[in-house]
Amino acid sequence: MSAWETVIGLEIHAQLATRSKIFSGAATAYGAAPNTQACLVDLGYPGVLPVLNAEAVRMAVRFGLAIGARIARQSVFARKNYFYPDLPKGYQISQYELPIVAQGAIDIVLEDGSVKRIGVTRAHLEEDAGKSLHEGLGALTGIDLNRAGTPLIEIVSEPEMRSAKEAVAYMKKVHTLVRYLEICDGNMQEGSFRCDANVSVRPVGAQKFGTRAEIKNINSFRYVEKAIQYEVARQIELLESGGKVVQETRLYDPDKGETRSMRSKEEANDYRYFPDPDLLPLELDEAYIEAARAELPELPDAKAARFASQYGLSVYDAGVLTAGRDLADYYETVVRAVPTQPKLAANWVMGELAAALNKEGLEVGSGRLPAERLAGLLTRIADATISGKIAKELFEAMWSTGQDADALIEAKGLKQITDTGAIEQAIEAVMAKNPAQLADYRAGKDKLFGFFVGQVMKATQGKANPAQLNELLKKKLSG
Amino acid sequence: MALTREQVENIAHLARLELEAGEIPQFQQNLSRIVDFIGELERADTAGVAPMAHPLPGLAQRLRPDAVTERDEHELYQKNAPQVAAGLYLVPKVIE
Amino acid sequence: MIHRETLTQLSADLRARKVSSVELVRTFLARIEASQPTLNAFVSITAEQALADAEAADRRLAGGGGGALEGVPIGHKDLFCTAGVRTSCGSRMLANFVSPYDATVVARLKAAGAVMLGKLNMDEFAMGSSNETSHFGPVRNPWNTALVPGGSSGGSAAAVAARLLPAATATDTGGSIRQPAAFCGITGIKPTYGRVSRYGMIAFASSLDQGGVLAASAEDAARVLREMAGFDPRDSTSVDTPVPDYLAGLGAPLQGVRIGVMKEFFDTGLDPEYERRVREALAVFERLGARVREVSLPNLPLSVPVYYVVAPAECSSNLARYDGVRFGHRCRDPRDLQDLYKRSRSEGFGAEVKRRIMTGTYVLSAGYYDAYYLKAQRVRRLISADFERAFGEVDLLMGPTTPTAAFALGAKTADPITMYLNDIYTISANLAGLPAMSVPCGFAAGLPVGLQIIGPHFAEQALLHAAHRYQLETDWHQRIPEQYA
Repeated sequence: MSAWETVIGLEIHAQLATRSKIFSGAATAYGAAPNTQACLVDLGYPGVLPVLNAEAVRMAVRFGLAIGARIARQSVFARKNYFYPDLPKGYQISQYELPIVAQGAIDIVLEDGSVKRIGVTRAHLEEDAGKSLHEGLGALTGIDLNRAGTPLIEIVSEPEMRSAKEAVAYMKKVHTLVRYLEICDGNMQEGSFRCDANVSVRPVGAQKFGTRAEIKNINSFRYVEKAIQYEVARQIELLESGGKVVQETRLYDPDKGETRSMRSKEEANDYRYFPDPDLLPLELDEAYIEAARAELPELPDAKAARFASQYGLSVYDAGVLTAGRDLADYYETVVRAVPTQPKLAANWVMGELAAALNKEGLEVGSGRLPAERLAGLLTRIADATISGKIAKELFEAMWSTGQDADALIEAKGLKQITDTGAIEQAIEAVMAKNPAQLADYRAGKDKLFGFFVGQVMKATQGKANPAQLNELLKKKLSG
Repeated sequence: MALTREQVENIAHLARLELEAGEIPQFQQNLSRIVDFIGELERADTAGVAPMAHPLPGLAQRLRPDAVTERDEHELYQKNAPQVAAGLYLVPKVIE
Repeated sequence: MIHRETLTQLSADLRARKVSSVELVRTFLARIEASQPTLNAFVSITAEQALADAEAADRRLAGGGGGALEGVPIGHKDLFCTAGVRTSCGSRMLANFVSPYDATVVARLKAAGAVMLGKLNMDEFAMGSSNETSHFGPVRNPWNTALVPGGSSGGSAAAVAARLLPAATATDTGGSIRQPAAFCGITGIKPTYGRVSRYGMIAFASSLDQGGVLAASAEDAARVLREMAGFDPRDSTSVDTPVPDYLAGLGAPLQGVRIGVMKEFFDTGLDPEYERRVREALAVFERLGARVREVSLPNLPLSVPVYYVVAPAECSSNLARYDGVRFGHRCRDPRDLQDLYKRSRSEGFGAEVKRRIMTGTYVLSAGYYDAYYLKAQRVRRLISADFERAFGEVDLLMGPTTPTAAFALGAKTADPITMYLNDIYTISANLAGLPAMSVPCGFAAGLPVGLQIIGPHFAEQALLHAAHRYQLETDWHQRIPEQYA
């Protein structure tokens, strides 16, 4: 048992999925040639002014409502002043004292299955910065301001997570939520969803927090876990060897698997926040907020609870199936087509389908295997047209050919044999071919039953209905 | 209140201004004068008075529809730039 | 002598085709060229473009078309962005900056048919009260070239006073339209905050800056302002209320109008002869039927310290974008990023701009924000409330525009506070966002004196009306410096 307790708070930056930027009419599309999506406002040109994007506001409100937070009737944009080449105006427009969203909460499921509630201190609107490119420019750095002005919500948690695993669970939950709400595409590779982790340790039982380090810009769940684990170990080792943790900004290096101090941000920052005089207070009335509430989709927790009760799924399965809105929708489309088989549908969606998608690195929403098509397969299992074993083969064929289950059953003659006469015929042929085994069986070698099942299946190319086969075979073998 | 040389140097650094050694005493004197002058505000009784960030009362932020209205004009905009290459603004290497 | 005509008259003559825009442009360009070595009112003269625009205006006029200011020559203070034309803001920082876009004010006046002759000199980034901080050298007062024209719109004011232009755009953050109007003996109006778009007007202090007009008369100012004003979706602080026709009803009687004389403006700093001229002007209003009485706005004396917290705070942030990366001055051979920032900014900005950036940085910094910035914003509310109370009792407020008439070049450069106190009567209107004018009301020791008129929010029409009525009774606004008559 470690003598140290880990304390983690996360600041998650989620890019809002608006068409245009938060304060300008430039496009937000990812991957454009450098500076082709940076307009005068994004470049901080002399004389230009910001005007707030309505959609960014609506999205932030959706998030706030989804986490049961207080939506500010009046929030204020402030300037955070610092010099950096990817920050064109020399200040970032953010929210400081009066954020749009405050005091929400997010529930996470721990490894032991218990639920832990993590407080969300605030979520505020702000603009993203540009990007610095260091490769291939020798002694220079190149600045691309396409990303500058992309709307963000920064979601700040309370320092309530106690392990790297909890932090990952929380981050995943927020990720699920923003995608459910359709306010962020969640693409972590493109930086649409990333986080800063505030990490400290303290002796178990201590009241006061230890000095924290902030690990900046982590853009994968795995790195969050590894970065925190590394940082916790580093801090404990430092403290146990009589050292002190320095409050600083650190960067996680995934190649080396370690965090290191960011020299460029070393100096104590004095951001000189003050209300942005170019923007007026943002005021939202009751009607606006209620309209946004009415437009909220069913949220993951509610959906999971409904799945468990409506479809008789385990809490775990319901959780897995509702982790993404696309996945949940997929599942429900399948179930609608095979309403008597919710568990079968769950097993197939989480089993074969998930494995196949995973293998090709695809998302459920990719349309690779439409829900209707999977439902077609399950319908044939449910009505005993095919056996489960054949179904697996069939699934692979459907996956590779893109054809319907019925078409493939027809073409390959995979239809299950349920005709008693036909099965009996096959049994009799096998018995005739194997007199020695038959004699042994009848002499008491029960284990040979499996041999006969195998032989009949082989003879019917696996199409004999297994239950019927069992029953008929027992009858026939016993003479 | 007299500002120290260190204070003036710190402010200049925050503002990314480089003051020559010879200029500092002048700025120190000027800024001290200004700080004394604005220090008069201390006398005002502002108990219960909310700060006023905007000169017009009762106005709220207007919202813009989410539409792309800007085109790529980077060549025009970069005509004012001191150093560019391949569409990028160039600065001395940034060490992270 | 065509240059002595008012803009109103010139506009009528153009419309009647008694004069062509090309003629006007040539006349004024010649006067500009001739005056430049003495007055230095212009940073850029756009003669070629002006003549081309004038020809186009003449064609439209010949066809019976054109806007309200078709063919009228004007100039823009060099902080209004003008597409394809250098916009320097009076600074070395932007000495080579060519704006890729037009400010809304520029675009509107262009659409109204006005022809730009050039960009007017100004205090660097509009920070100054004497036009001595310009990178392009000081502007001189046409009444006496040993004197300053006032600032920061000194180029605009000197140009109109010397009739190098019938009118010019200007901006006013703490008095930068009214104070030079007073010093140069012309009429200037700073509208209500939010009335004229700030888009494309290079920011000094965003919550105080407001674009306006310098002209020879209130009627001329009204004519130009009518075209400049109005809602702009690109400026979040622009107000979406209709612009009244400022020319309608000009000259109606002032019978019963309640005028408050601001007691606090007649303090010990006010030059006695200046005060006599202002009191004489008040007597004219009384004679015209207005009811004049003294009112007190007890918090006004704190305006200057409030301003010198708020304006520098905003400017320190507004001017952070000048970093030598995307536009503006860049130092030679920067060693590293910090060197690039520091040398580019130190070389690009002059001493007064640096002082204000540093003051603003200081008042916003950790440990001082509450004591200075927040405190100032609280006192700002007290000042604003004083005005609100006063406008419950009177329709307009009047007083002197400045404590003294124009002073000599170099007289106030040694001590920043002495210079700042020159704006003591003008700053409060900016803090409260109120419309305010300066109108010539005589001479003190041979130098122009300005009467200041302040109104409630969006009362531009009432201000222009009162000023025009006064100008029908007096001829101070028609006086032109002898050398430029």
